Amino acid sequence: MYEQIAFYLFSMLTVILFLITVMSKNVLYAMTSLASGMVLISGFFFILGAEFLGVVQLIVYVGAVMALYSFAMMFFDATRSIKEKNTSSALVFLLGGMSALVLVLMFAAPIFSENIQALYPMHPEAGNAQDVGIVLFTKYLIPFEVAAVMLLVAMIAGIILAGKKMDRSLTQDMSVDMEKEIMIQKDAK
Amino acid sequence: MEATTLGVVIKAIIILAIISAIAGFGTYLERKVLAFMQRRLGPMHVGPYGLMQILADGIKLFTKEDIIPQNANRLIFALAPVITAATAFIALSAVPVFPDFTIPSWIPLLGGTFVPSIAADINIGILFVLGMMAAGLYGPLLAGMAQANKWGIIGAARTAVQFLSYEVVTGLSILAPIMIVGSLSLVDFNNYSSEHGWLMFTQPVAFVLFLIGGFAETNRTPFDLLEHEAEVVSGYATEYSGMRWGMFFIGEYANMITVSVLSAVVFMGGYNDMWFLPGWLAIILKIAFVFFLMLWVRASWPHVRPNQLMWLCWKVLMPIAVINVVVTGIVIMV
Repeated sequence: MYEQIAFYLFSMLTVILFLITVMSKNVLYAMTSLASGMVLISGFFFILGAEFLGVVQLIVYVGAVMALYSFAMMFFDATRSIKEKNTSSALVFLLGGMSALVLVLMFAAPIFSENIQALYPMHPEAGNAQDVGIVLFTKYLIPFEVAAVMLLVAMIAGIILAGKKMDRSLTQDMSVDMEKEIMIQKDAK
Repeated sequence: MEATTLGVVIKAIIILAIISAIAGFGTYLERKVLAFMQRRLGPMHVGPYGLMQILADGIKLFTKEDIIPQNANRLIFALAPVITAATAFIALSAVPVFPDFTIPSWIPLLGGTFVPSIAADINIGILFVLGMMAAGLYGPLLAGMAQANKWGIIGAARTAVQFLSYEVVTGLSILAPIMIVGSLSLVDFNNYSSEHGWLMFTQPVAFVLFLIGGFAETNRTPFDLLEHEAEVVSGYATEYSGMRWGMFFIGEYANMITVSVLSAVVFMGGYNDMWFLPGWLAIILKIAFVFFLMLWVRASWPHVRPNQLMWLCWKVLMPIAVINVVVTGIVIMV
């Protein structure tokens, strides 16, 4: 009974919070409801007994949304509402509705099919983290490694994009360095 | 013995009551320890030896005027201190704070109820605690962004910087002990150290890294960038007064206790019996020692700049932590 109460509470709160994320014009409300929605989703994993996934959801999204906050801090005034430029609300409505419909069909399909069954059942005696580890390093090894390589590529790209002129200080006087460089170039000529 | 719902509820109330009292008393201890280290006397006037100072502080906090700035986002402004305090206590729900006990049967209504040592005994305790403490940083972040104050914004930006710096170090440093023990449950850590000795001696590098990460996580002094008075007035807490500010304070001290408990259980042998000391006394002494260490460090070292913190975490501590994990892996394999 507790699980049902918790499920309906969590699902109601999640839907409301994500609605706020989409509808709100204040960046602070949008970000806060996004973060708390993500934290509440980890509650579903805990109800299902997937504790490891729940905690991973918590850790990953807390960090990820924290990074989003820092962008919001740089680009918006958090205490004012933002004026949005809507070009065509009919198009937005149509596209949003279509994608929502597709998502509902996708997630409702297993309910109507009889063929769904767990290929890798849980071992209650081993624990959640071990189960995830075994499946990740046997059946899904290649997707796991591909994801790792993609993350590595993204990291290198990030370092290259952000790393220009990292050997120079932003606070020190640049004009001295510039003069020296001009002198060196003149000497080279 | 199986934990009943009533036992868990009692446990939650005990954690709330005792830890917030200890958090209040911690401020007195901090002022006294700092005072003795700096050859002062500290609070002396209220009660014998200044012991009643905490009561006076409490009365002051409760009766202070509660001010919300005109242009602030009122809802988020009110929400932020609650986030800090709540997440600190939620994190405490998954760590063993006091030993198991049964309420004596002569007490009416509650007699014979078994109260477990961990309120929520989940198998991935250590990750849950770290994740919940990380979520606690939303408190300073939202507080700084909601108060329409430039010092507040700087405090919030420093929160994000600090979070993105220490999180990797804490996670990687705790990974090597997890690999050795082979479990994420704090009870398993305790059992491992009763058989094989303290992890502090087999994993000294991880212990030091975890302590440094813990100092950054609880905003203790070498890394207290969020509200450093000399630089940013009071950082994220500039516009807060009265009980709202008090909630930030209680959350911070509860987080200090959580980090102390984590390092006591993971690295320092947990609540096993030690020589002639019974387990419950041993863990209280260990927790008190780590707590004292935090005050000691505060009295000894000045704080670092934000860019120095990022340099330290990403360029020094993270490579050391990765090397530690790799070496531990090789040793386990061989």
